[in-house]
Amino acid sequence: MSPVIEVRNLRKAYGDTVAVADISFTVAEGEIFGILGPNGAGKTTTVECVEGLRKPDSGEISVLGLDPIRDRAELTQVLGAQLQESQLPAKLRVAEALDLYSSFYRAPADWRALLEVLGLADKGSTPFRKLSGGQKQRLSIALALAGGPRIAVLDELTTGLDPQARRDTWELIEGVRDRGVTVVLVSHFMEEAERLCDRVALIDKGRVVELDTPAALAERVAVAQRIQFRPSGPVDDALLADLPEVSGIVRKGDVVVVTGTGNVLNAVISVLARNQIVAQQLRVDQANLEDAYLELTGEHDARLAGQGE
Amino acid sequence: MSVATQASAVRRSPLARLTITELRLLLREPMLVFWGFAFPVLLLIVFGLIPSFKQTHAGYQGQTVLDTYVPILIVMMLAMLSYFALPTVLASYREQGVLRRLKTTPAGALRVLAAQLLVNFGSAVVMTALILAVGRLAFGVPLPLAPGIWVVVALLTAAGTLTVGLLVAAVAPTGRVASTIGSIMFYPLMFFSGLWLPIPSMPPVLQHICHATPLGAAWESFQSAALGHWPPALALLTMIAYPVAFGLAAARFFRWE
Repeated sequence: MSPVIEVRNLRKAYGDTVAVADISFTVAEGEIFGILGPNGAGKTTTVECVEGLRKPDSGEISVLGLDPIRDRAELTQVLGAQLQESQLPAKLRVAEALDLYSSFYRAPADWRALLEVLGLADKGSTPFRKLSGGQKQRLSIALALAGGPRIAVLDELTTGLDPQARRDTWELIEGVRDRGVTVVLVSHFMEEAERLCDRVALIDKGRVVELDTPAALAERVAVAQRIQFRPSGPVDDALLADLPEVSGIVRKGDVVVVTGTGNVLNAVISVLARNQIVAQQLRVDQANLEDAYLELTGEHDARLAGQGE
Repeated sequence: MSVATQASAVRRSPLARLTITELRLLLREPMLVFWGFAFPVLLLIVFGLIPSFKQTHAGYQGQTVLDTYVPILIVMMLAMLSYFALPTVLASYREQGVLRRLKTTPAGALRVLAAQLLVNFGSAVVMTALILAVGRLAFGVPLPLAPGIWVVVALLTAAGTLTVGLLVAAVAPTGRVASTIGSIMFYPLMFFSGLWLPIPSMPPVLQHICHATPLGAAWESFQSAALGHWPPALALLTMIAYPVAFGLAAARFFRWE
């Protein structure tokens, strides 16, 4: 599929602080593309450059063939944005906001249908300040879609939402993609990216650390496993730490958490059995995107440290 | 283009929609509606019912006290809209990211600024007409003898208060700070327009100070126009200098985010 967004060697600094050092990626039509990373990694600056809100210091950005700065007016017609911490006037009502935003566009979406889909149909006359956090976010999605955009950029959409509202929002985003809208999702929740994204760019310190599907990223660290159990008797840490397969031991009360690689499960169970200890409430976790994220950004740290003079 | 499509084009015009929206939001602020719209008219009615306000006074060039209060009330209404309503809304829009959000739409943030100015200007025109009408019809306050000059003075006054309001909106980080700065400026500046003590009753030194302040010069100019002649050059200069200076400063310091 042809890319709808191309970012090449993007760089943006605020004074001495380099927010984005060198970021490149492409987003294909119809996918949900995740931009993940810790706070301050440069995620928001990156999408703000894509939205045309910030002017890059260097590098090239093309959105549907448009330059976000030079072709701003045209870009706003095809790209809908949901900004982090952006509010509406407190007393503006839901229907008024959508009616207003729809009037900005050449070919607006049917905002009444949007309200229906987003579960806000009965909130039309509710002022913005009376909406719950989840409702505000849903309205924010509706406004990003009001112009019938081909691309929606959603920044930290579910931050501050309770788990139920977060899951509801995820379903909505899948619905948006099913309407044929390409979605760029900025997040620091691994679970969110794992659930939603077709591909993920892991960003750290202004650079792309990894770019792949969530499953592939998780697989890269799948060798790592986490074993958790309650030993039937006292266990000496050294007993486990001496095993070549074990890379870490943490105790949480009387629960022992062992991380390791290879056949670590077998090794641990064997050494416990030899000492007449039974592993009760045994649990084995496979690596997920969260682990991949920690592992990969950690590696990145180490690489950077190694390069330092 | 037919009338119907023209009308629907207006309905769909983003600026028209933003202006209607901003007007609705203004009318949903009870404090602003009271102080900006109801209070000046109430004050006019109260003053009109005080017998001594109907007497002519030696220092007032044949005008009654009430006659001299009509321009003060118009100045007060303009100051309310410019010093409170406009900067509070704009600063809070910036604070809450409303302006940033609009920058990602085809409407852009500049249109909100324009819509705010239109709403405030429209409110000022309606209120001015209302104050003049109530004064004339209920209490026999004569209409200005030089309406053309009077309109020029009114526009200069509006420009003067508006640019101050825009400067406040430019420098205030939050809506709350903007309304605080607005009230800190409002009371002293209104004093110099003669709200509490008419300027001709002030000691000479204070009168001179009044003439150098934007609202004092405005009152003096309204008086001249009411009596049928151009304001003194100094008052006119004052009324031109302030909007130019504050307008440039506002343009220099205004931030969208």
